[in-house]
Amino acid sequence: MGKTLFDKVWDSHVVERISQGPDVLFIDRHMIHEVTSPVAFIGLKNRGLKVMSPERTFATADHNTPTKNQHLPVKDPLSANQLKTLERNAKEYGISYWGLGHKNNGIVHVIGPEQGITLPGATIVCGDSHTSTHGAFGAIAFGIGTSEVEMVLATQCIMQVKPKKMRININGELNKGVTPKDIALFIISKISTSGATGYFVEYSGSAFSDLSMEGRMTVCNLSIEMGARGGMIAPDAKTFEYVKGREFSPKGNDWEKAMKFWKTLSSDKDAKFDKEFSFNSNEIEPMITYGTNPGMGLSILQKIPSKDPEKSENISYKKSLNYMGYKEGEFMLGKKIDYVFLGSCTNGRIEDFRAFSSIVKGRKKSNRVTAWLVPGSHNVMNAIKEEGILDILENSGFELREPGCSACLAMNDDKIPKGKYVVSTSNRNFEGRQGPGARTILASPLVAAAAAITGEITDPRKYL
Amino acid sequence: MTYDPLKILESTAVPLPIENVDTDQIIPARFLKATERVGFGENLFRDWRYNQDGSLKNDFILNNENFSGKILIGGKNFGSGSSREHAVWAIYDYGFRCVVSSFFADIFKNNCLNIGVLPVQISDQFLSQIFDEVYRNPKTIIKINLLEEFISVEGIEKTEKISITAYKKDNMTNGFDDIDYLVNIKEKIKNFSSKRNF
Repeated sequence: MGKTLFDKVWDSHVVERISQGPDVLFIDRHMIHEVTSPVAFIGLKNRGLKVMSPERTFATADHNTPTKNQHLPVKDPLSANQLKTLERNAKEYGISYWGLGHKNNGIVHVIGPEQGITLPGATIVCGDSHTSTHGAFGAIAFGIGTSEVEMVLATQCIMQVKPKKMRININGELNKGVTPKDIALFIISKISTSGATGYFVEYSGSAFSDLSMEGRMTVCNLSIEMGARGGMIAPDAKTFEYVKGREFSPKGNDWEKAMKFWKTLSSDKDAKFDKEFSFNSNEIEPMITYGTNPGMGLSILQKIPSKDPEKSENISYKKSLNYMGYKEGEFMLGKKIDYVFLGSCTNGRIEDFRAFSSIVKGRKKSNRVTAWLVPGSHNVMNAIKEEGILDILENSGFELREPGCSACLAMNDDKIPKGKYVVSTSNRNFEGRQGPGARTILASPLVAAAAAITGEITDPRKYL
Repeated sequence: MTYDPLKILESTAVPLPIENVDTDQIIPARFLKATERVGFGENLFRDWRYNQDGSLKNDFILNNENFSGKILIGGKNFGSGSSREHAVWAIYDYGFRCVVSSFFADIFKNNCLNIGVLPVQISDQFLSQIFDEVYRNPKTIIKINLLEEFISVEGIEKTEKISITAYKKDNMTNGFDDIDYLVNIKEKIKNFSSKRNF
């Protein structure tokens, strides 16, 4: 029987199979950040262990960092302590550390690909669920807990039961105004936030292969929001072109050797998947969410669905709408909003800033809207300046902040106030995610830009 | 960090019949700034448990003195979202050793098994029976027998099997974790590593 892309990568990393138990999986690349690593280092110390492969480990500061005045000391003492702890641990164990202000600094899932740390056919983990992003390169990449961070630091391995395999096929050209974010929100709205739990997803078909690497990253990033541990796309010429010549990617002979393996990385024709979904690209419209999980999404033109009040699961549905201040049967179009957040590991790349600026160019930000535009990394920030996007944004009344996770999880000061509505290009609309009482509407950079101009939910297609 | 072995647990339970309870609800990100594993239990379900001024929300189940115990019963798709192990630390530190639901998110489940909280996945029908029974009688005792792999509930005839791999069961009933195992095969791992191209 043929093998799937996932099988090929997984099987080549199994150090040992435990009968009636998990596989011991070798990890090629381990990314760490300030929030989920400190307790892992304490564990390491308590057991008297060392970091087994510091050269396979990369540290960055992103979750808990300010997005203004990064050259000044971090004001919040708890955040400052967490950042210092990471720096100290990285130094002590010989791990590359890219702190605030470093040219390679940025959101862990943005900088991994930028630096060539993310490679096809590799296994990549990080104490962050959106590690699934790196699957865009045909890597097996998934988020882990702190105990597992400790495991990988100590032994460069992790123990995992091999997940089941799912394939999601979408073919055909995308409709006008439809971005990678809309594809992902569409899939999640169809299969729910637990539809892929227990599975690793392969995205297949021209709707994915036609995307740029940035677009593929956005899709794979959101795999976790359908419950999947990760998602991947078979590497192709576009992938190799992107990876080549980056700081940590293989060079010379190593490159040739790697390419030989990488070219085998696609699912065999007779490979079997445990579950398969197929959709048509023309079903997908610009999407928007109306509730408190990413599965509560619809086309921007649709009404909020009505649910049978007799069913028990609908208690959670009502609770969700109540939190959002919305009612069944209402249109999302025209609803007033207060904040716009462009950024995060989902939509904080250069392509997202290009898309946003394509709409706001020559127009003005609405007075009722506070906009936070946060690049995913220093590299993205520099590109925004070099490509003249910063001028467009500033002429339209926007200001650019400094890189980090920012309002996506609101660990720093970038918190949306209680009861306020934010159109956010991030990944989670959970209650309180972007600040206690904040109401999140997930959307693409195009929808966010249209909302930033009008101050309400607006179909971006009229500006394209 | 090792934990106390868990073999058989008999306890009353706290019912939380909400679906898709995500890890941001279990512990909001603003409480993840610690560099040690202390104080997470206090902030378990922070924004459901407390008002913004710090006063208790009386309608939340953890603030209802009729309900207590070492078992938390949650609605379907429990623990979705972020990979933060802090969510399970909060559950453990608050005093729960077991979470019962009809469906768990993957990373949450792994995190539970790694730090000694037993996730018990049961059918939707059994879950709704247990919710009814616990609401009817908050003193209902639930028995988690990990040694024999079943869950039973006082007042309900039906029992269900606890599904767990032999490896994880051995860990949980002895208080072992994966690092103990991995450290023992370090030479094999080093050998594997030396043959990697990247």
